[in-house]
Amino acid sequence: MTRLPWIVDTRVHRTRYTALLAPCTAIAVTIVGALILMSIMGVPPLRALYYLYAAPLSGRYNIGEVLLKMSPLLLIAQGLAIGFRAKVWNIGAEGQLILGAIGGSLLPIYFNDSQSALMLPAMVLVGASFGMAWAAMAAFLRARFNANEILVTLMLNSIALQLLYYLVSGPLRDPFGFNFPQSALFPDAAMLPILVGGTRVNVSFFIALIATALAWLLVRRSMIGYKLEVGGTAPNAARYAGFSEKQAVWLSLLIGGAAAGLAGVFEVAGPLGQLQRVISPGYGFAAIIVAFLGGLNPVGILFAAFFMAVILVGGDIAQTAAGVPYALNTVLQGILLVTYIAARLFVDYRVRLRPPAPASEAQI
Amino acid sequence: MQTITFVLAGTMLAATPLLIAALGELIAEKSGILNLSVEGMMALGAAIGFIVVMETGSYWLAFLAGGLVSTLLAALFGAVVLLALGNQVATGLAVGILGVGLAALIGKPYESKTVPPMPRMPIPFLSDIPVIGPGLFNHVVLVYLAPLAALGLWWLFRYSKLGLIIRAVGESPEASHAIGHNVMLVRLLAVLAGGFLAGVAGAFISVASTTLWSDGMIAGRGWIVVALVVFGTWRVGRVMIGAYLFGIASIAELLVQSTGIGVPSQLLTSIPYVATIVAIALLSMDGRRIRLNAPVSLGRVYREAQ
Repeated sequence: MTRLPWIVDTRVHRTRYTALLAPCTAIAVTIVGALILMSIMGVPPLRALYYLYAAPLSGRYNIGEVLLKMSPLLLIAQGLAIGFRAKVWNIGAEGQLILGAIGGSLLPIYFNDSQSALMLPAMVLVGASFGMAWAAMAAFLRARFNANEILVTLMLNSIALQLLYYLVSGPLRDPFGFNFPQSALFPDAAMLPILVGGTRVNVSFFIALIATALAWLLVRRSMIGYKLEVGGTAPNAARYAGFSEKQAVWLSLLIGGAAAGLAGVFEVAGPLGQLQRVISPGYGFAAIIVAFLGGLNPVGILFAAFFMAVILVGGDIAQTAAGVPYALNTVLQGILLVTYIAARLFVDYRVRLRPPAPASEAQI
Repeated sequence: MQTITFVLAGTMLAATPLLIAALGELIAEKSGILNLSVEGMMALGAAIGFIVVMETGSYWLAFLAGGLVSTLLAALFGAVVLLALGNQVATGLAVGILGVGLAALIGKPYESKTVPPMPRMPIPFLSDIPVIGPGLFNHVVLVYLAPLAALGLWWLFRYSKLGLIIRAVGESPEASHAIGHNVMLVRLLAVLAGGFLAGVAGAFISVASTTLWSDGMIAGRGWIVVALVVFGTWRVGRVMIGAYLFGIASIAELLVQSTGIGVPSQLLTSIPYVATIVAIALLSMDGRRIRLNAPVSLGRVYREAQ
């Protein structure tokens, strides 16, 4: 019987620093991976480093773009992490975001000349409810029929995309838009106020920060958060204590759906200004990575969302400046999460080399 | 008559990659490993397979290369799950994202090019049967091989020692370890086999059915494959039936369009996804059936006794 040359023990004591080890390793490996990939594609390493990690942080406009992309990532990841802690795997944030965008677009499309101050709050309400409703389907199927929520939410992503395609090429298409698959432009009353002149960053950034604070309160200071956590880490104990599993499923998915739906409204009411075929460059999936990279911890997620936004903006810059395919972003996201999970071995466990077996044991 | 032939042929073509990849996923899951990166592995197989046909013209080499590159990705998945004790759901998602990204990156220069379709191999006499013949027996070789592979896998799990070991490892890795089986190795090989088959299935889609490569062309098929294994309650025969049923569902789009009924195309494209949700819900309703058939250790982190 071959044995692995190392021994893995459960780690009993954790310090703050061990928790930081995994994300820092993952980020370092991702940066090295990016440089290698970029040099294969003919971009000198220093230039690549500049495009991906320095350019996004230099200049008012670029920093604004980082914060703009950070908002949906942060918002969605905080929502997802609450479910992930309870081991409810909502992989459908992308679809819930699309539904949020659709819901948020209905009012400004049908009341296109409205100047009402209630427009934005109403859009937010409708959009978040749409996102919640889309997630609620998965919650219902899981709670009632025990249907695996990973598969259901994933399928709902594909269906949401088809629904969006149908709506923008039919019922919600701009009648004066020369048949382009997009809605009419939103009125000013339906647009989020810009925070800093010369950038595109809007108040959604503040709302994402507020969501972070709320998530922290829920996770650390509320009974609901505690129940969800116990359900995820010790399902038997949770059952014994009478914490309802169905309630955890519903709560996780509804919170995740509302957050993603909100992010969808903010996309159409922010940088897009209309409903169109492409709402998100995969925020729903990137947010899953952000949630894990942040250790499912509200504060960790804040930093993870920032880093992910830098990667996304860096990828955009590299694409326009050096013609690097956008797919590089996806590869980097994959590397980031894979190395993070692998590095968690050293956080959750103590790994040491196996001492050489005594001679007597070796003979057996 | 024409329509029946068309439906049969289309179903076979659509079902074959689903079946091949689902058999691979079944092997991995029987050993206790839930591999959620099938979508990425199929995408990578599709990209590599397409490039190989483009550059060498050999279809067999394309399947081999697509399979092997996906096996490499499966090795990464296996290493993280088995050695680094990673959560299987998160690791599967991560490796899947990596696979989809790599496929898009590698395939970029070949975007929207086409290859000549793989030559068919009509089965003598059978393909001459009117209506059914051209529908069922005039295909590329893999279409015939896939059900044979299913038969082989059924035999493996039912009658062979290797099959028994894989099942034992999936039911109770602790007990299997105690009686001297190398759990890690069995699981790694099962994951690699699953990766290889996912890659072959992906290559089939790009060189035998669509004959083009584009980013996102796998379009959720990898996830339908994962669903098929649940749908088939981890039984080879039922997984195979499921694959052909989904084959029908995925050509329903073409079928309805050919009748000229004015249904939005997006609604038709959604049919396989809706069908997956309905199937999963109906099959999971009876929780006992899932619990009885699912490998007991499926998805659990296993740490070998030291």
